Amino acid sequence: MASKYSNLTVRAYRRENGRIGVRNHVVILPLDDISNAACEAVAHNIKGTLAIPHAYGRLQFGEDLDLHFRTLIGTGANPNVAACVVIGIEPGWTQRVVDGIAATGKPVSGFAIEQNGDLKTIMDASRRAKDYVHRASELQREDCALSELWISTKCGESDTTTGLGSCPTVGNMYDKLLPEGITGFFGETSEITGAEHICRRRAISEEVGARWYAMWKAYQDQVIFAHQTDDLSDSQPTKGNIEGGLTTIEEKALGNLEKIGRRSQFIDILGPAEVPRSGRGLYFMDSSSAAAECVTLMAAGGAVIHTFPTGQGNVVGNPIVPVIKITANPRTVRTMSEHVDVDVSGILRREMTIDEAGDALIDMIRRTANGRNTAAEALGHREFSLTKLYRSA
Amino acid sequence: MAEIPHLLVHEHADNVGVVVVEGLTAGTDMLVCVTHDNATFRLTAGADVPIGHKIALKDFRAGDTAIKYGEDIGRITADIPRGGHVHTHNCKTKRW
Repeated sequence: MASKYSNLTVRAYRRENGRIGVRNHVVILPLDDISNAACEAVAHNIKGTLAIPHAYGRLQFGEDLDLHFRTLIGTGANPNVAACVVIGIEPGWTQRVVDGIAATGKPVSGFAIEQNGDLKTIMDASRRAKDYVHRASELQREDCALSELWISTKCGESDTTTGLGSCPTVGNMYDKLLPEGITGFFGETSEITGAEHICRRRAISEEVGARWYAMWKAYQDQVIFAHQTDDLSDSQPTKGNIEGGLTTIEEKALGNLEKIGRRSQFIDILGPAEVPRSGRGLYFMDSSSAAAECVTLMAAGGAVIHTFPTGQGNVVGNPIVPVIKITANPRTVRTMSEHVDVDVSGILRREMTIDEAGDALIDMIRRTANGRNTAAEALGHREFSLTKLYRSA
Repeated sequence: MAEIPHLLVHEHADNVGVVVVEGLTAGTDMLVCVTHDNATFRLTAGADVPIGHKIALKDFRAGDTAIKYGEDIGRITADIPRGGHVHTHNCKTKRW
């Protein structure tokens, strides 16, 4: 059924695999921690490139290694990336990341440091990066349907105002745009605890709900109960949550789930950093509730815009995905306005309805997709945090 | 709504509300709004309560259940008078 959200368009970059991106990064991606220096040197040499240093990539194994590759490949493959240079200490795993990104059809090249040294690697990679910058800078934005966007959400430094205002704003956006055909992501496995019975009912079918519950229960048993040293009351809610008035994990989880609105149902479950393959709709990604890790995983899953409700004022950003901050907390608006993209504090004063707030967010999503830099982008927040499942060998 | 509410309540079934103004002091004659349908009533704040923190809508006895979003959010662990501050000092999850 046509609605006023049916024919919205954005100016975006059409990528080789047909997906649309809203940024045009040339990324210099390290395979591993010890290749960060070479990547940063290349990014220093060639203006218009972006190095994404990180802490891992050596002696990982099993599922943890799979997640490492999936996150790096997903980052390079994200439609917000026009082209990618991968640098690793040795050629084998470097090529594995290159091949994964190359499946999108975008330009990507790998360089290995062993038997070359940093300096030769930096020179060779810089020449390639320069070619990529020339190419990327000639790409043009074109009119694309807003419904082609993949939009993720995760909230942070939550308080009671997130459940009253900023999370329902995101929920209202999903209720309006998911029927138009966008792809959505939510997650934060640990932060659903306390509202798991409600989340399970938001699955599109009993079968998906049962799989979701099994995933959540496995997390509780294998991670929380296996590693806890106390009753978690020092970690969940966090100190910031408690300062903001949240008392229990149930209260926090109920506010968190407001992000999927009144009507939206999730159609499938994704592993961390996994790309949706069940068509358009809302997906639950099994993910950390730590802001930078969660946004990194969803970006690797292919999200091109992230909507981030905050109460007390989480300042997180991401290197490749614009993170739109939404707050309803008037104190946060007063004290941290430089971090706020969408001020919905009018909801608390009853001057703004949730419907109006949802429309304001949709407007900001369009402006961000068209090229407006978010607060996090302008302030240089480029947090890229890899999720580690267990210690390396 | 001409007057800005001091306290918001999600659902009529809830027995706690959230302070949404800064600097609320004990004795304030609060305008309370239930967001579900914008119904309003008045309640006197029993304490200085920071923005974002909860206030009891009824007299609680230790062992009662705090209800918010129409759902159980935890156990009241100490008596709280109507209008009093509800937080970690007198309310705890039932989970652990």
